[in-house]
Amino acid sequence: MAKHVLRLVAVAYVLFLLVLPVMLIIWRTFGDGLAPFAEALTSPSALHAFKVTLTVAGWAVVANTVFGVGTALLLVRHEFPGKRLLGAFIDLPMAVSPVVVGLALILVYGRFSPFGGLLESWGIQVIFSTPGMVLATVFVALPLVVRAVVPVLEELGDEQEQAAHTLGASRLQTFLRITLPGIRWALGYGIVLCLARSLGEYGAVAVVSGRLVDQTQTLTLFVEERFQNFDQPAAFAAATALALIAVVTLLLTKLLRPKDRIDGN
Amino acid sequence: MAIEVRDVNKSFGTTPVLHDVSLDVAAGSLTALLGPSGGGKSTLLRVIAGLERPDTGTVRISGVDATRLSPQRRGVGFVFQHYAAFKHLSVFRNVAFGLEIRKRPKDEIRKRVMELLELVHLEKLADRYPSQLSGGQRQRMALARALAVEPQVLLLDEPFGALDAQVRKELRTWLRRLHDEVHVTTVFVTHDQEEAIEVADTIVVLAGGEVVQTGSPGEVYDNPANPFVMRFLGPVTEIGGSLVRPHDIEISPGPVEGASPAVVSRVVRLGFEVRVEVEIGGQEAWVQVTREQADRLGLGPGDTVHVRPAPGARSLVLAL
Repeated sequence: MAKHVLRLVAVAYVLFLLVLPVMLIIWRTFGDGLAPFAEALTSPSALHAFKVTLTVAGWAVVANTVFGVGTALLLVRHEFPGKRLLGAFIDLPMAVSPVVVGLALILVYGRFSPFGGLLESWGIQVIFSTPGMVLATVFVALPLVVRAVVPVLEELGDEQEQAAHTLGASRLQTFLRITLPGIRWALGYGIVLCLARSLGEYGAVAVVSGRLVDQTQTLTLFVEERFQNFDQPAAFAAATALALIAVVTLLLTKLLRPKDRIDGN
Repeated sequence: MAIEVRDVNKSFGTTPVLHDVSLDVAAGSLTALLGPSGGGKSTLLRVIAGLERPDTGTVRISGVDATRLSPQRRGVGFVFQHYAAFKHLSVFRNVAFGLEIRKRPKDEIRKRVMELLELVHLEKLADRYPSQLSGGQRQRMALARALAVEPQVLLLDEPFGALDAQVRKELRTWLRRLHDEVHVTTVFVTHDQEEAIEVADTIVVLAGGEVVQTGSPGEVYDNPANPFVMRFLGPVTEIGGSLVRPHDIEISPGPVEGASPAVVSRVVRLGFEVRVEVEIGGQEAWVQVTREQADRLGLGPGDTVHVRPAPGARSLVLAL
């Protein structure tokens, strides 16, 4: 009996929170066939939003991959004062609201702050521009690559790397030929998660972008702006596109995850 | 000398691991670093390989001061206890690794790797991955990989430590024969005195971070420098304040010159040898005799016998 009740609660929970809203969005999107969907997504504003999203997410993923692998190596392979503090800081973006992140970035890089003013005088505009949006996205997606790679690096141990050194490999050769292949599945998983998080980021980007239509509008901002302006077909079409991208990345992570277990034994 | 270690000190944090260690390894020799765990033998091997940096002291390899050289430039082959196999590379590519790093021509690599795989009897498994090999096969692969770059010295850290007893014995004999074929100066770490005696031609006993004794297996076994070495190299028992090997004790039914009376407490038959446990004036001791001797003496618990160290047997007087 208890089992049936539990099952009913679980199904209802998932149904009302997840399945129903997503189904409704898809139904509303494709209610009038594929043509309105295609039309809504190929409008100049929508295409521009796609471009901005891809640019911001692309740079954020590159930055977090490089930083993530470097930090993971630092945390696992080296001892230094402040190591625990660094480890704690990595997780900070999980706890801090993205809106706070956006405001903090404006405080540092905004036109009226000393540092932001200096950059501005050199012709570099951070806030209300792509660099600021990349910074905000990098911040919110910061822990994902690090946290995916650290446990695999720990399990891998450093003996293979030491063996490579004694066989004449330099640090770079060892990293490229031994370490990187050893963490490749975990790294792929971390990158996909980071990409998904970057594509869907709203709060921090909303604050630092200034929401300038056709300039700094990402896809998530586009959805919100179209919805506020009663252009529901465009809002739903873009939302469905985001959801589809999310589903694809989710499938990718499912493909990447089990292989790591085989690799790691 | 292939390896000269001079006055090496090494601590991990506040824990001293090596204390003024000096060591010479002759070219072409097969040397065992023997000692209890925590004695510093693995650390010494890693210092020679450059995987650890000594706090003070120098390491010379083939006459060249290698103290500040990275492991990459020392010309050493290193074999780890847990194989350190490159999991994502086939057996062939594992062995070829050092040669690929040195950018040797493909044909030469192929030829050399196949030669080495034949040497370690893995030529049929060249395309397998390490996860498809047994422990013994992985360790032979690791050995071929280390030999591929023609190292000046080959260093093995407890190479058979992770293998089961049967494979261990096979690989020991095989390592000895391999060394007789290849003649590369080899140093291996072990805590198993039987392994050291069987395989090595020189044994260096390390304990508490210091070299306690160096010599051939015979010398170290027969003329131990102190009670610790004697205990570590083989079985010992105590008679009349001296440490004696249990097979160096004579048992006789009647009184003999220099013998002390003892009461048999237990007789244990272990195949060809018999372990006779006795009590000498309240002190427990044991004697190793052959089955034939035991049958001749007809020993049983409660019997009174007389025991003495065999004439010419090595014994160490224990300081009381």
